Amino acid sequence: MAKTKLEELNTNIYDFKNADNYDYKIKKGLSKEIVEEISKQKNEPSWVLDIRLKALDAYNKLTMPTWGPNLDELNMDDIATYVKPKAKIESNWNDVPEDIKNTFDKLGIPKAEREYLAGVGAQYDSEVVYHSIKDELKKQGVIYTDFDSAIKEYPDLVKEYFTKCVPIFEHKFIALHYAVFSGGSFVYVPKGVKLEMPLQSYFRLNSPESGQFEHTLIIVDEGASLHFIEGCSAPKYNKVNLHAGCVELFVKDNAYLRYSTIENWSKNMMNLNTKKAILETNAKVDWISGSFGSHISMLYPMSILKGNNSSTEYTGISFAGKNQNLDTGFKVVHIGKNTSSVVSSRSISKNGGIATYRSLVRILPNATNSKCSVSCDGLMLDDISRSDTIPVNDVQNNQVSFSHEAKIGKISEKSIFYLMSRGLSEEDAKALIVRGFASPVSKQLPIEYAVEMNRLINLELEGCIG
Amino acid sequence: MEELLRIENLQTKVLDKQILKGLDLVINKGEVHVIMGPNGAGKSTLANTILSNPEYTKIAGKITFDGKDITNKKTDEIARMGIFMSFQTPEEIPGISVFNFLKTAKNKVTGKTIYGVDFKKEIEGYAQSLDMNPQLIGRDFNVGFSGGEKKKNEILQMLALSPKFVILDETDSGLDVDAIRVVSKGIDLYKNENNAVLVITHSTKILENLKVDHVHILIDGKIVKTGTMELAKEIEKNGYEAYKNGKD
Repeated sequence: MAKTKLEELNTNIYDFKNADNYDYKIKKGLSKEIVEEISKQKNEPSWVLDIRLKALDAYNKLTMPTWGPNLDELNMDDIATYVKPKAKIESNWNDVPEDIKNTFDKLGIPKAEREYLAGVGAQYDSEVVYHSIKDELKKQGVIYTDFDSAIKEYPDLVKEYFTKCVPIFEHKFIALHYAVFSGGSFVYVPKGVKLEMPLQSYFRLNSPESGQFEHTLIIVDEGASLHFIEGCSAPKYNKVNLHAGCVELFVKDNAYLRYSTIENWSKNMMNLNTKKAILETNAKVDWISGSFGSHISMLYPMSILKGNNSSTEYTGISFAGKNQNLDTGFKVVHIGKNTSSVVSSRSISKNGGIATYRSLVRILPNATNSKCSVSCDGLMLDDISRSDTIPVNDVQNNQVSFSHEAKIGKISEKSIFYLMSRGLSEEDAKALIVRGFASPVSKQLPIEYAVEMNRLINLELEGCIG
Repeated sequence: MEELLRIENLQTKVLDKQILKGLDLVINKGEVHVIMGPNGAGKSTLANTILSNPEYTKIAGKITFDGKDITNKKTDEIARMGIFMSFQTPEEIPGISVFNFLKTAKNKVTGKTIYGVDFKKEIEGYAQSLDMNPQLIGRDFNVGFSGGEKKKNEILQMLALSPKFVILDETDSGLDVDAIRVVSKGIDLYKNENNAVLVITHSTKILENLKVDHVHILIDGKIVKTGTMELAKEIEKNGYEAYKNGKD
């Protein structure tokens, strides 16, 4: 019997593209003039420009990473770092320009808002085009706005936290981010306020040969709780696009944050994203991460368990197909006593895709009575794909419980035969097994997103049986 | 009586070894057939060949089901035409519940959308008659199930999917007496004059509650004798030696 061929998809529902119809697109490359021009276009205060220039300097001094996927294809001279869409921020969906509105309509964004979100933000290329939040949350003092507006409207709050979680010098691409950042979301949840419905920001990169560098800053104050959802997608172009966003999360005493991401980048995207959370006493952060698409991803969300009794869970899945190298994982630093982390990572690879789990667990000397358990599973759908696990564990005290478990497997012919004997086609059988494999992540998502993720899995698996 | 399955001169090899060497069998609607035979005779090979398991290569012969030639059909097509096999070692599917799996499979074999609430009641009813813990329905498919629970899950699927023809490949092996009785009860619940059952077994315990029409002895890839329940009892007492020698 002939083997199943799972073909790459050339088109999918995310792949529609609008004309590159921008208001302003900065010339390609990276220089002091370009950074100054972005700042000027945004009409921002001088302290922000100072950060940008400091970051540019850092970018020029820092070296490329010496590990992980090869980034030679990325040439900053070919990337336009700022593309301003023909739109200004609206809080009424009907006022958003037609082509952009259609884009988000196709992605289901305004519909999602009506049904189950407390607030929505939508970014198109470099700028946010829509932001809204339910009135009752505003009254409770919740701030949810685009990052540029936050700089202008809440300068003290922004200054207090901006760059304090992810410093400018952390690595070359975060320096790049701070030099040219644009858009993103700012959230502040006041003490004791618990949001029952999630907030969602959606980032869409439409323009070819460009970059998206949104900055998301979230502060969940003492005893407050929030579920934040981030979605990303882009149509496919032949040239490299770059995404180097940054997420800074501050979770105060007894606060809770759930940060869910479904990324579905086009397969020409370099996704070099940085996300980090700092947790105070008894705080908890749950990361749920689904990474689909992109040509190369380097993505390692991080929790700093600073306060005693703080805890974090990471549940992530990535799906690497042909010409994809997804290098993802989780980093955690235990500083406080009685801190705990639970990491569950899954990867799927097919058609020569490379899925690597790269992790760091560091437990400092004072983090006594801490617990960490890591499990990672890789599922390879054929013999030409790869799945690797590269953990770094640095445990600096004896009073900890630490476990690491890694499994890599393949879909067996026996399983496929079994499922086919129940009436499922070979494709359906594979899709069911993969969906089951991904279920630890989809179970953590709101139902609409779980459905969305299953749809992405089916899209990835779709093909013909030859 | 209306014919359901006809197997003519079936020859099958696994890797380079020929296992079935010209097997003939006709099963009519409403009948229960039993196949017994020593290890390696080709009993499981027969089951897998009917279902077109790609590990088993048909080198000659013809299989007709419900008037249609299914010799070269793929496993899923055969399943959708109404043939069901209960596996000796059922697979596990982490992350997919028994119920969701049954819903998917029912949807595929009927081609109809299955509505959750009614279907769930139906499944729970079957689980009850199989003495299954109803919580198993919500658990990941066969993950952490005992050997007996996995076998009962096979019978549960058989009842839920209500196929036209069922092959039970040593469903009784490794089960205790009580579990065998339950499985046997499940078969009895399924059985009617429009469907048929082929039981592959080593022992007669599973047959106690069933009205068996024909018992076949399979030796070295061929059916060497066909009889009634008396034949099965004789085999259980005396083994296959007489038939082996007789054929050599």
